[in-house]
Amino acid sequence: MSGDFRIKAAGDSGLVVEFADRIDTAVSARVLELDRAVVAARIDGVLETLPTYRTLFVRFDPLAADATSLEDRLRAMAAAASGEARPGRLWRIPVAYGGAHGEDLEHVAHEKGMTAAEVVRLHSGATYHVYMIGFVPGYAYLGGLDPRLHISRRTNPRLRTPAGMVAIGGQQAAVQSIAAPSGWHMLGRTPVRLFDMRRATPFLIQPGERVAFEPIDAARFERLDALAERGETILEPEE
Amino acid sequence: MSALVVVSPGPLSTLQDSGRWGHLRNGVTPAGAMDMIALAAANLLVGNPPGEAAIEFTLAGDTLELDAEGARVAIAGDVALTVAGVAASSWRSFALRRGERIQVGALRRGARGYLAVAGGFATPLELGSRSTHVRSGLGGGPLRAGDRLPIARDKAPAGADVAIDPAALPYLDGAIRVVLGPQDDRFTAEGIATFLSGEYALTAEADRMGYRLDGPEIEHRDGFNTISDTILTGSIQVPGTRKPIVLMADRQTTGGYPKIATTATASLPSLAQMKPGDRLRFAAVGVAEARALLARQVEAMRALPAALRPVLRDASTLTSEALLAANLIDGVVGPDA
Repeated sequence: MSGDFRIKAAGDSGLVVEFADRIDTAVSARVLELDRAVVAARIDGVLETLPTYRTLFVRFDPLAADATSLEDRLRAMAAAASGEARPGRLWRIPVAYGGAHGEDLEHVAHEKGMTAAEVVRLHSGATYHVYMIGFVPGYAYLGGLDPRLHISRRTNPRLRTPAGMVAIGGQQAAVQSIAAPSGWHMLGRTPVRLFDMRRATPFLIQPGERVAFEPIDAARFERLDALAERGETILEPEE
Repeated sequence: MSALVVVSPGPLSTLQDSGRWGHLRNGVTPAGAMDMIALAAANLLVGNPPGEAAIEFTLAGDTLELDAEGARVAIAGDVALTVAGVAASSWRSFALRRGERIQVGALRRGARGYLAVAGGFATPLELGSRSTHVRSGLGGGPLRAGDRLPIARDKAPAGADVAIDPAALPYLDGAIRVVLGPQDDRFTAEGIATFLSGEYALTAEADRMGYRLDGPEIEHRDGFNTISDTILTGSIQVPGTRKPIVLMADRQTTGGYPKIATTATASLPSLAQMKPGDRLRFAAVGVAEARALLARQVEAMRALPAALRPVLRDASTLTSEALLAANLIDGVVGPDA
């Protein structure tokens, strides 16, 4: 695969390498491969990169970098990005489903003509691909939701949803990192803080990694939540 | 610890520096000062590096009281103020003593002003920056009465107060320069022509996150849903309302509306000084021209120290004490000679 991408200017300080206009893991793999290559190349004047579903954004110092030669270099690197899948680390995220932790679980079950237990089984039975981190610090956009759980977003978004909210919307799933507004359906909540400035690693999950959900009961949620509240690390990834 | 104490805050005042960069991939909004020129000017007046954290106030400033032996502060912005109860002009520095207050009123022009302190504020760095991003809680929140803003020095640095003529600041006049794209192909030719020829006004929804504009409707091609990708400070997106939104410093890092254009960095300070009701036009420039405009602006900022003038006969400083302290013999106040 090569050539089927384009590079566009994003103002005077950024370039966007844009692959196919769709959400799929093969496109994401190319974005992530290019991201690794650009980071590893330590190109003069390049300040940071941001991988998203189908684009890689490259921010550079407009007075230090030569935008034309940078674009040429990115073109060559993007053409070389074959999209070889490289499964990232796996995060098994504990989730207390339903009740006060997942106010929309029953609604989703009703909407889909299944029981709450079936929704939980489908949601926790999949392994998700982390496409990007965005919206707020540490917020993970996940793909791989079982098609039987695809559901349009809430007509009325909530102005505030809690950190740790595990939610679905459209064809996507997400884990909320900090309290924020959301139009997605709340299935449950994890005690894991995806973003916590007190930890040595403030951000847990990176684009390209994998996420799975493991149901836990309310008592276990409380125990883990108390530890996380003190800033302790309660989840380590599997390679 | 030495501090400036917030006696009464303005409508929205936050600490801002040059921004929390380097963490876009983790969803961290850079935030930072909306107007980097005015931030740099305030810092220059107190001898700080241009991107040091300062108080950014919106439409009107704050009343602050010094809890330290001494400090030198400066105000960038066309604003009425009093220092230790005496009316004073802005665009200059002031030496404050313990217990003295600086009271910053409403801006007469523009939307944002800055108060810097010599040595800088000593709030903790979070991910390398002291900038406040209200939504994520990074860098704290808006200033509230009673807040103590720690300052790095306990005494005003030696030397005279200085002033700067704001006319020396290299704001770009006229249309807001933009580079078309990265999703200009999601608009019809007519849509782009409308965007570049129409006059737009800032609505009441204009804050650090973004400016919702009112004006001629811009026609999309193939609808307005896109797969979420990068949003920049200065990205101009057009949602289903067909009216543009300019994303500003507190924008989120990713979003899903087509972006017709991206504001040239050199035009961001002018944009930052606009307020609801203000009108603007956009003009497309190429990337090379946008970079040239920025290079000239940066060069002009580097030359600014030469534009500093010692404060001599400002009415507010003509107390007997100030006259005694000033070196009146050589006509120009030098360092503590």
